[in-house]
Amino acid sequence: MKRVVITGAGTINALGHDVPETLVAMREGRCGIGPLEFRDVERLSIAIGGQVKEFEAEGRFNRQQMTLYDRFTQFTLVAAKEAIAQSGLEFIGELAARAGVVLGTAGGGVSTWDDNYRAVYEEGKNRVHPFVVPKLMNNAACSHISIEYNLKGPSFTVSTACASSNHAMAQAFQMVRSGMAPAMVTGGSESMLCFGGVKAWEGLRVMSKDACRPFSANRNGMVQGEGAGIFVFEEYEHARKRGAEILAEVAGFAMSSDASDIVMPSKQGAARAISGALADARLNPEDVCYINAHGTGTAANDKTECAAVADVFGRHADDLMISSTKSMHGHLIGATGAVELLACIMALRDGVIAPTIGYEEFDPECALDVVPNEAREAKVDVALSNAFAFGGLNAVLALRKV
Amino acid sequence: MSVKDKVIGIIAEQAVLEPSDVTMDSTLEDLGIDSLGLVESIFAIEEAFDISVPFNANEPEQSDFDISSVAKIVEGIEKLVAEQHG
Repeated sequence: MKRVVITGAGTINALGHDVPETLVAMREGRCGIGPLEFRDVERLSIAIGGQVKEFEAEGRFNRQQMTLYDRFTQFTLVAAKEAIAQSGLEFIGELAARAGVVLGTAGGGVSTWDDNYRAVYEEGKNRVHPFVVPKLMNNAACSHISIEYNLKGPSFTVSTACASSNHAMAQAFQMVRSGMAPAMVTGGSESMLCFGGVKAWEGLRVMSKDACRPFSANRNGMVQGEGAGIFVFEEYEHARKRGAEILAEVAGFAMSSDASDIVMPSKQGAARAISGALADARLNPEDVCYINAHGTGTAANDKTECAAVADVFGRHADDLMISSTKSMHGHLIGATGAVELLACIMALRDGVIAPTIGYEEFDPECALDVVPNEAREAKVDVALSNAFAFGGLNAVLALRKV
Repeated sequence: MSVKDKVIGIIAEQAVLEPSDVTMDSTLEDLGIDSLGLVESIFAIEEAFDISVPFNANEPEQSDFDISSVAKIVEGIEKLVAEQHG
């Protein structure tokens, strides 16, 4: 089996339009959540989110591209540009033939659905733009990366709600580890912050009206975010030979299914994914210094996740740090694991643990070191990233310092 | 139909019971209604009475809407109907 390393990272999210800006915000514990701005927002009872601001697609993309790129594709291409540039890879010849793209998204082109349903239902129009289908399809973003960068190997999109990115990155990891591909572009993208997207979530009554406060006793729900996180996963020797900068090693992963409830999380399902990732990476529980939590800020997730961590790590659960950066960038649904992987890279490479901001009251059901409100310096050799989706589908990645 | 009968009808349908099996002192738990069933019931109530019910599933005890028994739910809805259509 090959070793797999990360040689490029890119993002756009409510905290920043690139990786350096995002990491500075995480380090400073800045909150990217604020009032939502889009059409009909006044008809929503949930009016906050981690929206990407000051992002003008016009100017970045030409007119023809604009007709094909939903906002989730735009985010993907912006993040992919940063990640691939950092990696220094040029996809030509044999590398291009074997490298592909595996991305996660839960909703795909949600605002394209929204805009066009509005046109035909509300405005009574009887005609939509000819590119509505290629614009809204879940694999649009994946395909546009493949087209833009000449990636001709295996490419597809994974959709497992809030675990989409972690499932996608696990697939890309497996492909590189097995020798199937020398490099893969992977991560995820999501853009559900439009009237229909937020209205659907409102119905579940799990959204907070004021803030995302993971692990805090007074937490009252999740806050949605948007954006993308894209990475280049590369075979270690391939990266070493060309002298590429290595951000971190992807050491292992595991996936599990709760097989119980469509929305309520399961401690056992989460614990099996966490311990499975450790076993796959051949790590001992004591090796783990930091966990980037799923930490949605809902009553159910946070206590279940803490109980799962306590089960897997035993006494060591009290020695490790676990934080939820959703408090800052919101819950990016299908892109969340990808943006959160940046916090793991920061922990491993820079020795900085991103905080859980908005933490106000101790909750005995979340009695772990959640790195409240302020970032912390620590030497971290191994970090995990948790993602537990609606539908009971879990995926955990294990990263190691190189 | 009174508010009470309408609410009992909605809860009975959610619980897959006859309305006669739903008593005023029943709790949702007694009736086998879980958190998702509760959210669905509240949606049905909002639609039936054309009201908005302030309820967050993350903090049921802190919501302004008491769901501790069928009687409390009926009482809450009567109040909301009066406030929002009074």
